[in-house]
Amino acid sequence: MTPTLTLKQLTKTYAGVRALSEVSLRVAPGERVALLGHNGAGKSTLMKIILGLIPHDGGEVVVTGAAPGSATARGNTAYLPENVAFHPALTGVEQIRYYLSLRGENPSQAMALLERVGLHGAAKRRIGTYSKGMRQRVGLAQALIGKPKLLVLDEPTSGLDPVSRRDFYSLLDGLAADGASILLSSHALTEVEARTDRIVILSKGQLVAEGSLAELRRQAALPVTLHVIARDLAAVQAALPDAVLTDGALVLTCSQEAKLAVLTRITGLGDAVADIEVLPPSLEDMYSHFSRRDGQ
Amino acid sequence: MNRILATASAEFAIAFRNRWVLIAVVMMVLFSMVLSAAGSAPSGALGADRLSVTVASLTSLAVYLVPLVALLMSFDAIAGEVERGTLPLLLTYPISRAEVLLGKLMAHLAILSLAVAAGYGVAAVAAIAVDENAASGLPSLWRLMWSSVLLGATFLGVGYAISALSRRPSGAAGLAIGLWLVMIVLFDLGLLAAVVADDGGVFTTQVFPYALLANPADAFRLFNLAASEATAAAAGVSGAATSIPVWQSLTSIVVWPVLALILAVAAFRKVTP
Repeated sequence: MTPTLTLKQLTKTYAGVRALSEVSLRVAPGERVALLGHNGAGKSTLMKIILGLIPHDGGEVVVTGAAPGSATARGNTAYLPENVAFHPALTGVEQIRYYLSLRGENPSQAMALLERVGLHGAAKRRIGTYSKGMRQRVGLAQALIGKPKLLVLDEPTSGLDPVSRRDFYSLLDGLAADGASILLSSHALTEVEARTDRIVILSKGQLVAEGSLAELRRQAALPVTLHVIARDLAAVQAALPDAVLTDGALVLTCSQEAKLAVLTRITGLGDAVADIEVLPPSLEDMYSHFSRRDGQ
Repeated sequence: MNRILATASAEFAIAFRNRWVLIAVVMMVLFSMVLSAAGSAPSGALGADRLSVTVASLTSLAVYLVPLVALLMSFDAIAGEVERGTLPLLLTYPISRAEVLLGKLMAHLAILSLAVAAGYGVAAVAAIAVDENAASGLPSLWRLMWSSVLLGATFLGVGYAISALSRRPSGAAGLAIGLWLVMIVLFDLGLLAAVVADDGGVFTTQVFPYALLANPADAFRLFNLAASEATAAAAGVSGAATSIPVWQSLTSIVVWPVLALILAVAAFRKVTP
């Protein structure tokens, strides 16, 4: 299958500083890719290059078979900027009608689009009166216009409450199921964890890790944390000398491979143990692992 | 074309909500009414019809007011989008920068035409009401109307260019007012000083006419006064108006809007969102 988006050795320099350094990435139709990185890691720069808003210095970018920023690429791509803004004097429905016209779609779909993002109640109010979350929904509605092949979403869930976030991700699932490629950046690592096919970690303009969550876990080989609640504290402590008592639980860590052996040892203690909790390394842990490794 | 029209209609809605339509119309109507009331005294002695006299005074008014209104409407066009953060999203849509500007121009020109038609219309009605011969001045009123719209188009284009170059509304506003002062007020004062100092020399005969044609506001004044029968009623550059052929001033007021728009598109292309 031809990828919707291909980056090869993409390089961008701002006034002598490397914002992006030889980043290569392919996004297939229907794939949801999360872009993670600190502020200044190059996420927004990468997105702006893909959208054709800023030029790149080296490497190759192909967006839906065309150059970034070309009429074809723009026609196939939807964008949701970070902190999306609109003219405060226009109403939600007027703004969406305008965007529909720009994409050559029928403006009468505006109300239906706003309904899809749960904003039809406020559609005829000026955007100047909207909350941040409501503006974000207008931004989302405009990104859904005209079946885009590629959606570039910069921090799409910022300003949305948890329920809206869930609705938002189910919208994305629907789009991806229809064959749209999605590239999104996020700070909310936990939600990215469940809702994307692949994770790409950028650090200081370099792609430091890429893969599904399971693959990244294997690569990082971070220790597993075990929380043991003891009924007979002395007995358990004697059996697990490395464990540290914190907040009533004995906390110990072990490598991924040693996990089963340690668990066997704990269950062997029988009634002395009340409960065990196994915490795999979180995305946050892996994220700082990969970002730090690059920094050293 | 559809995209340009959609942009124009969104811009018109914005200008309407921000009261720009109202402000422009009220300003033109108010000044026109004051002028027709003030201009009623000398008309009998000149032998010209009332409307032609009104047109001559409206020309002097338009030279100041039309560029001002145009600059006020346009200085925010791009700098405002940059400041609000609405530009990056707009530029990812399948619309070219030239189309964005053409859409804005269309909306702003519509507002300006509305204001000019309302203002001049009031003056015309007032003139015709008191002088039955005033209808003979209608052609010069019509000429003043469309040339005012062209003058407005020039300053709208220049305003967009300023807006793109300064990238911040406050900077753009300052530049716009400065430009208005230089082109409308200081330019004429400077020329006048030079003509006086030159005392009929090479500057007055060779450079002065072209200096007038180079300034769209002066070309507008020349065109309307040269074509008008009531030249005597207007002060200022009326002497020069007779020595410069009408086709030259006409060329200037037609070419300027195109130049200004090209300048605006070039400046807008340099803006990185």
